[in-house]
Amino acid sequence: MAFSGAKRWLLLGIALAILVSYFTPQFNRYYLGVAIDVGIAIILATSLNLINGHTGQFSLGHAGFMAVGGYFSAWISLQVAGSVPAIWYFPMALTAGGLLAAGVGLLVGVPSLRLRGDYLAIVTLGFGEIIRVVAQNTDAIGAASGLKGIPKHTTLGWTFGFAAITIYAITALVNSTYGRGFIAVHDDEIAAESNGVDTTRTKVTAFVTGAFFAGIAGGLYAHHKQFLSPTGFDWLKSIDIVVMVILGGMGRTAGVIAAAILLTLMPEFLRDFSDYRMILYALLIILLMLLRPAGLFAFNIKRRKHS
Amino acid sequence: MPKLFLSIQSSKLSTPNSQPTVDWFLQQTINGLGLGAIYALIALGYTMVYGVLRFINFAHSDVLMLGAFTGFYIAPRIEQIFGHQSVLGMIMVFILAAVVCACLGMLIERLAYRPLRNRPKLTVLITAIGVSLLIEFTAQHEKVFGAAPQPFPSLLKEHSIHLGNVVISSNDVLMVGVTVFLLAGMWWIVQRTRIGTAMRAVSHNQQAALLMGVPVNLIISFTFGLGSALAAVAGLLYAIKAPGIEPLMGVQPGLRAFVAAVLGGIGNLPGAVLGGVLLGLLETFAGGIPGLSNYRDAIAFGILILILLVKPAGLLGRAIVEKV
Repeated sequence: MAFSGAKRWLLLGIALAILVSYFTPQFNRYYLGVAIDVGIAIILATSLNLINGHTGQFSLGHAGFMAVGGYFSAWISLQVAGSVPAIWYFPMALTAGGLLAAGVGLLVGVPSLRLRGDYLAIVTLGFGEIIRVVAQNTDAIGAASGLKGIPKHTTLGWTFGFAAITIYAITALVNSTYGRGFIAVHDDEIAAESNGVDTTRTKVTAFVTGAFFAGIAGGLYAHHKQFLSPTGFDWLKSIDIVVMVILGGMGRTAGVIAAAILLTLMPEFLRDFSDYRMILYALLIILLMLLRPAGLFAFNIKRRKHS
Repeated sequence: MPKLFLSIQSSKLSTPNSQPTVDWFLQQTINGLGLGAIYALIALGYTMVYGVLRFINFAHSDVLMLGAFTGFYIAPRIEQIFGHQSVLGMIMVFILAAVVCACLGMLIERLAYRPLRNRPKLTVLITAIGVSLLIEFTAQHEKVFGAAPQPFPSLLKEHSIHLGNVVISSNDVLMVGVTVFLLAGMWWIVQRTRIGTAMRAVSHNQQAALLMGVPVNLIISFTFGLGSALAAVAGLLYAIKAPGIEPLMGVQPGLRAFVAAVLGGIGNLPGAVLGGVLLGLLETFAGGIPGLSNYRDAIAFGILILILLVKPAGLLGRAIVEKV
C-alpha cells in the first residue's frame, strides 16, 4: 500500500464524505443541519486542540478567528455569486477565509504568545472581542445587523471533507518531527528551549494553523446558516469550543472529536426541556469538571498500586 | 487633527451647555471616576481571589448581579422600616446585600472550587465558567428573575451639583465615597488585622502558611466572602447608575473589571484600584468622542494588550522569574 495508515483514513473520510453528499437530498433537513453543525464543531475543536491541547497555550479567542474566516469568505461569495459556478469559487472562498484568519492569527500570535497562562487567556479573549467589535462597526459586512443572504453552499460533503482534512493535517503535523516541538513546549517550555526548540516559533505555528482551520470552519458556518451576526462570535462561542477540547481531554484528538459531537448534539436532545437546557448544560460542565477532570474519555489504564 | 477636534465640537449631547474644552474634560473625568470606582471594587474581588487561589473567578461578575437583585428585592421592605429614600435605609440595603453575597460567594467556593483545590488550574477555570453560566441561565429563567430588565428603585434622591458648566451628580459622589471608604477598610483588614496577615501569608505561600498553622481553608473562604461582599456593593452602585437590572448585567462590568485587575497586575490590590480607575476614565473619554464610542469595548482590551506587551506582569505587578 502506497499510503500510510493516517493517509488511508484521510482518503476514506473524503470518499465517505463525497458518497454521503451524493445521497444528501434524501435526508431530513433538520438532521442534515445538525450533522453539518457537528462537522463544523469537529473542525473548530480539533484546530483549538492543537493550540490548547497539544501546545498547551490557553487561547480564549477561537471564535474571533472563526468570525474572520466566516465574514471574509461570505463577503467573497457575495461578490462573485452568480458569475462563477459554486463548485469553483466556494473552496477558494473558504481557503481565502482561512488564510485571512491565519494572517490575523499571526498578527495576534506574535506579540501575545510571549505571555503565559492566564495572561495569554485574557489577551486572546481581548483579541476575540476586538474582532467582534470591528465586525460590528464595519458597514461592508453588515455592521451590527449582520450579513444576510449568503448563498447556501455548505453541504455534508464539504463539511466532512474539510473535517477529514483538518484532522489529518493536525494529526500529521503533531506526529511529524517538527510537531514534537508542540508537545515539548506543552510539557516544559524551559526544557524545550534549552534543547533547541524555538518555542516562540512553535507556539506561533500552532496558533496560525489553528486559526487557519477555524477560519475555514467559519466559512462553512457562514454558508450553512446563510446569516452572520457579530454577536454570534462573542466569547461564549469561544468558551463552547474550549469546553469541547477540555471535555475531550486536552491533546487527545479522538476524545476531542467525540466531545465536539456530544456537545453539539446535546442541546438538540435537550430541546424538550428548552427552558432548562442551558441550566443543564452549565451543570453538566461543572459536574464533568468535578468528576472527570482529565476529559470525558480519559480512562485510567494504569494498574492500581498494591501497597 | 482637525477632524478629531470637529467631532468633539459636535458632541454637544454629552455636554449640555458646552464649552467643549476644559469643561468637557472635567465632566468626563467626573463621570469616569464614578465608573472607575465601580470597576475598582469589582477588580479587587478578582485580584484577591487570584492572590489566594491563583485562578480567575469567572462567577464574580454574577455575584455582582445577585447583589443588585438582592437590593432590588429587599429595598421595598427596608423602605417600610426606615422610610422612603433615607440614608440609614440605603446603608442597610448595602449591608444586607453584602452579607447575602458574602454567604453566596463562600457557598460557591465550598461547593464548586474546594473539591478542585489540587487539580490543574485549567480545570478550575472551566468550572468557574460553568458556575458563571449556571448562575446566569438560572437567573434568566422566568421563574427566577426573568430575562427582561427591571427598573431599580432609587435608594437615595439624586441631586445635581453645578460647578460652572460642570455637573456633578450626587450618585457619582456616592460611588467615589463608598469606594474610598471600602478601600480604606480593605487596606485596614489586609494590613492591620490578624486575618489579613493570614491572607497575605496564604497568598505568599500556601504550603508554608499551612505549616505555620494558618487555617488555609478558612482564610480562602473569608477571602471569597470579602470579595463577594465588595462585588455586591459594586452591583448596587452599578444598578443605581444603570437604567435597569437584568441577569446579564454583570457580564460587561465584570469583564472590564477583570481587564482592570490584569492591567494593574493581578494579585496586586493597589494595582486593581489603579487599573479600575484608569479603565473607567479611558472608557468615559472614548465614549464621549463620537466615532470612537462604538469601539468602547475594543478600546479597553486594546489598552490592556498594549500594556501587557510592554509590561507583561501588569502596571504594578512584579515579574516572577521562573526557576528550573
